[in-house]
Amino acid sequence: MARTITYREAINEALAQEMERDESVIVMGEDNAGGEGSPGEMDAWGGVLGVTKGLYHRFPGRVLDTPISESAFVGAAIGAATAGMRPVAELMFVDFMGVCFDQIYNQAAKFRYMFGGKAVTPVVIRTMYGAGLRAAAQHSQCLYPLFTHIPGLKVVVPATPYDAKGLLTQAIRDDDPVIFFEHKALYDLAGPVPEEGYALPFGEANVVREGDDVTIVTLGRMVHTSLEAAQQLAGAGVHCEVVDLRTTSPLDEDTVLESVEATGRLVVVDEANPRCSVAADISALVARKAFGALRAPIEMVTAPHTPVPFAGTLEDRYVPDAQRVANAVKAVAEWAR
Amino acid sequence: MTDDRIVAVTMPKWGLSMRAGKITGWIAAEGDEVSAGDELADIETEKIAGTLEAAGAGTLRRIIARAGEDVPVSSTIALIAPPGVSDDDLDAAAARARALIDAGVPGGADEGTAARTATVDGRRISYAGTGQDGEVVLLIHGYGGDRNSWLFLQEPLAARHRVYALDLPGHGTSSKDVGDGSVGTLAGAVLGVLDAIGAKRAHLVGHSLGGAIAVAAAVAGPGRISSLTLIAPTGFGPEIDAGYLRGFAGARTRRELKPVVGQLFADEGLVTRQVVDDLLAYKRLDGVEAALRTLVGTLVDGDTQRIDSAAAIAAIGGAVPVTVVWGSADRIIPAAHARSVAGAVRHLIDGAGHMPHLERPAEVQAAIEETIARAP
Repeated sequence: MARTITYREAINEALAQEMERDESVIVMGEDNAGGEGSPGEMDAWGGVLGVTKGLYHRFPGRVLDTPISESAFVGAAIGAATAGMRPVAELMFVDFMGVCFDQIYNQAAKFRYMFGGKAVTPVVIRTMYGAGLRAAAQHSQCLYPLFTHIPGLKVVVPATPYDAKGLLTQAIRDDDPVIFFEHKALYDLAGPVPEEGYALPFGEANVVREGDDVTIVTLGRMVHTSLEAAQQLAGAGVHCEVVDLRTTSPLDEDTVLESVEATGRLVVVDEANPRCSVAADISALVARKAFGALRAPIEMVTAPHTPVPFAGTLEDRYVPDAQRVANAVKAVAEWAR
Repeated sequence: MTDDRIVAVTMPKWGLSMRAGKITGWIAAEGDEVSAGDELADIETEKIAGTLEAAGAGTLRRIIARAGEDVPVSSTIALIAPPGVSDDDLDAAAARARALIDAGVPGGADEGTAARTATVDGRRISYAGTGQDGEVVLLIHGYGGDRNSWLFLQEPLAARHRVYALDLPGHGTSSKDVGDGSVGTLAGAVLGVLDAIGAKRAHLVGHSLGGAIAVAAAVAGPGRISSLTLIAPTGFGPEIDAGYLRGFAGARTRRELKPVVGQLFADEGLVTRQVVDDLLAYKRLDGVEAALRTLVGTLVDGDTQRIDSAAAIAAIGGAVPVTVVWGSADRIIPAAHARSVAGAVRHLIDGAGHMPHLERPAEVQAAIEETIARAP
């Protein structure tokens, strides 16, 4: 039965239900067990933002507290996956992924291919991304394009509590390595989520709003920014179709192309930097496969090609907002040759 | 005071979660003569688009809510009155209704319609009820449906009855374990819900597989069932579109599911993206696919129906009133099967598909009310 829970709770519930269902599922990461026994704490912290809270005591021996050594525990998770476990590693901020890149892109991503399909690596690496928390340039990046670029990795960027639970469930049940991106600013977002377990397939975009005039393709936190813009624009008589990609690898090309074929206009909204990005990739896809349907140039609304600023006023300008999305949609809707 | 000959047309409540609806267009115009079942307006909610039908006869004298406007449930959106009512009285009533809409005052409070659960044979069964007074009516959905399939009927029927709808095992928010999936097991869930409600007797309304379950419950609980209204029921002939049943169980994506669901309706335009997305969300719950495949085994052997409700109806032998309702354009089970329901009053709904309770709710409601009235 669906009740309203937060994005954080939805992720926690998916972990708990999959650990209940399959004893090979384990959780590992920094601060999972930290805080245990300290003054005023009744439970382990459950990670830096408390996402795994409650699991440490519920699943004794299956929630592993790791040292601050991402290269070691991510490598250990990948190794455990090749040996029959289904580890879910929490790598606090995606910005730290650099120190364990060899394990991820040159090992985990390659095993199935290089062993001729005889090896599987069912590991999930959960990680936080995104700006907006005044956490400065080394804790605020949107690095899903780096992982989307690597064949052999699956990349998931959920926007809602419902999607977070279903996509994490699929990530854990999936036999390939999955990088699972959680936006820090979405953890307290609440929405309806069924109590029962369910898996959402990868590579299926979600049309979160229907409209005939302009297609907005987006993902993650920007789904909500885009919906806010679409709501404003509807009042002005411009009707947007908003497509949430949900996963960038695999990518649901058909839903994007079908929508643009109907509207003839595309705005891509992406919080990441613009070069070699999901926004650039979707734009290229549409330019190549739906060129005949386009009635206006494609617009991209992204962060600028700079590090995330620490100054609050600059950070607020850095992240795309509904006004910028609305301006881009209007430009595309009113474009005339 | 308001002239009691003025009848308010109100924003309907289609489903427990509906708080407001948008009138997408008026079909009837001021001055039109309307009778029960005539289409008045197209209404859209977050979940569904539907057509509001007139509940009674009269002249549509005032339209209050404009097309495009969001209106809270139960708000007065139009007035029907005979010619004898003065324009001044109508204008006054319309102004009051208009002020309430403008003030955004929610018309109807919730009447304790939250879902409840009963444990039957170790399974969690969800059900929800509406209405304070009258006899108990229990609505039983079909294969792949849930209690929300009655959204157009539950509130209107609740004006005179205590109306409950359940989620069968394997469906909605009930346990996804269907056991052997037999009609007897499913009928056990129906009688278990009647026990949980504390209803000694009830009128049963069953759609498709739910029709066969209603008949089986009447046989299994003699004296507990006051009447049977069967809507396109299974078990009254060999023919059925087994491809639909297997296609529904097997569809994994929106693209696969949409054309399958379209077969249920005479007008496939009723299958909105929201309808397909809601069904997909249900089908993706752990255990649902296995439950549906078990139920396909209950329903068909190859391409032929396995359930025999005709014998059970004969066994009841006219002890309770039976009505059968069928859409003439049903593509899942042919409407000709209605002739095999012995002793039943038959309503053929011209142009409706397999889902007349969603496609033509006012006519189905009238058939149900009439059946209840025939019960001793």
